[in-house]
Amino acid sequence: MDRPVLSLSGLGRTFGTTRAVDAVTLDIRPGEFVGVIGRSGAGKSTLLRLINRLIDPTAGRITFGDTDVTALRGRELRHWRRDCAMIFQQFNLVERLDVLTNVLVGRLADHGFLASMAMRFTDAERTMAIRALDRLELAPQALQRAGTLSGGQQQRVAIARALVQSPRIMLADEPIASLDPGNATRVMEALRSINRDDGITVLVNLHTLDTARTYCSRIIAMRDGRAFFDGTPRQLTNDVVRDIYGTDGLTGFDEAVTSTRARPPRLRETA
Amino acid sequence: MAFEQDFARHRRRARRVFAAVSVVLAVLFLLTAEASNFFKITQVTLADGSRAERWVIGAGLPRLGEYIAKTIPDLGWATLGGDIATWFARWQIWAVLLLETILIAFMATVLGVIGGFILSFPASRNLAPNRWILWLSRRYLEIARTVPELVFALIFVFCFGIGPMAGVLAIGLHTAGALGKLYSEANENIDMRPLDGVKAAGGSWSDMIRYGAVPQVLPNVLSYTLLRFEINVRASSIIGYVGAGGLGQEFRTAMSYQEYTDLSALFVIILVTVTVIDRLSEMLRHRVIGLEARA
Repeated sequence: MDRPVLSLSGLGRTFGTTRAVDAVTLDIRPGEFVGVIGRSGAGKSTLLRLINRLIDPTAGRITFGDTDVTALRGRELRHWRRDCAMIFQQFNLVERLDVLTNVLVGRLADHGFLASMAMRFTDAERTMAIRALDRLELAPQALQRAGTLSGGQQQRVAIARALVQSPRIMLADEPIASLDPGNATRVMEALRSINRDDGITVLVNLHTLDTARTYCSRIIAMRDGRAFFDGTPRQLTNDVVRDIYGTDGLTGFDEAVTSTRARPPRLRETA
Repeated sequence: MAFEQDFARHRRRARRVFAAVSVVLAVLFLLTAEASNFFKITQVTLADGSRAERWVIGAGLPRLGEYIAKTIPDLGWATLGGDIATWFARWQIWAVLLLETILIAFMATVLGVIGGFILSFPASRNLAPNRWILWLSRRYLEIARTVPELVFALIFVFCFGIGPMAGVLAIGLHTAGALGKLYSEANENIDMRPLDGVKAAGGSWSDMIRYGAVPQVLPNVLSYTLLRFEINVRASSIIGYVGAGGLGQEFRTAMSYQEYTDLSALFVIILVTVTVIDRLSEMLRHRVIGLEARA
């Protein structure tokens, strides 16, 4: 196993005078399922966007094995974004396009200008997209408009889009924050299957502690842009949690209040 | 008590502002009226041959009736068929020119849509890849739409000679400017999240536009385009006045030969054509919007 390690060293991003992410140094080993928790505004989203290079860092470096991710430009940068797929809280699908085309967007990094402008995809790519949809139990909806699907279905389309990118890392920015408990569980189960069966590293922002405890092998907590805690779910004690969220006078802290847990259905394992 | 005082003060201030704005507007109105010779006194010849001083509007209005009266053909009930035949004696020439007029409008709309659509993306604040491209494409569209079609037509007649080619290019260029602006405003109102999704999957700038933006603006683009075709039919019916093809050249001929009834015949033709095209395109636009609502 000589799969590359994702390393952040002194990574920082300032917006005006706010330090959204401040000198974060981390190593993410291949195959890990990492949860990032913290208050709203702690810099979780910015961290993920920095890794995918949707925004550029103002300090520090990201490396993946021997590749200096922060130095990538043009086509190489687009290939990095393909290798490090991203899922968003609001799904970010093109609602007016059909589900299949939305999934095929995941193949664009390898397309030339003309083929992509004409929306031309190869049979192999279409097969790949249908497989991904089938794995997420959405193959019957392939020709429906993405905007007509429910939130949970849309998020699974987004996961299918990420899957056809054949990524090495999957980043998920609050993927279940706008979903009901049932759909949230299906999405988390899908991420778990991608992590266990495909060996893809998963880095997921979560705002519910019990979800993080259930699914993640490692939890990183952010506070004011810094990595404040980094350890196993077991090490995340109540005292630590109180420090992370700064409960300001609240005596108790009930994880069940924010819970979105439901009984997990078994996800089919195909592809 | 305090409230009543406050309220009274508020009322007084509102009245003062209203009065001040009214005075300023009145002064502006008088100034512009003066500048446009609205108060000019002119000399007119009365029926008995003597001269008199009259206000320009009062003196000119009767002549408007005179002009219109001249353009109305002699139509009698008994000889209606023959009278209309005389009125539209040049119908063969006009039919060909009418077809040319519509074709100019069509070609110009096609060229304008292509140019305006492509340029509308770099000219949108939220989509432009950088400030320079935004600035350049916006200025280009501005120039293209501020210069009137007739001025472009004059230039192109000089370059490419008399004929519909000059008209197509002139109206096409103006259309690109006007539509590019409208399209880019539609672009600036789109949801940016799908574009983020395409970008995060490794898509290039053109992929973001093609997959993220175009599907969102397409209904708007269609609607604006049909509206523009209607406008272009009107434009192409006059542009021949400067030699750029279409019915406009007949206006010029009729005016220089003082064939006043020809003018009214041409007016009727253009009125009917524009009305028919307006109706058709309105129906089409509503179909498009209707399809949109159902999907």
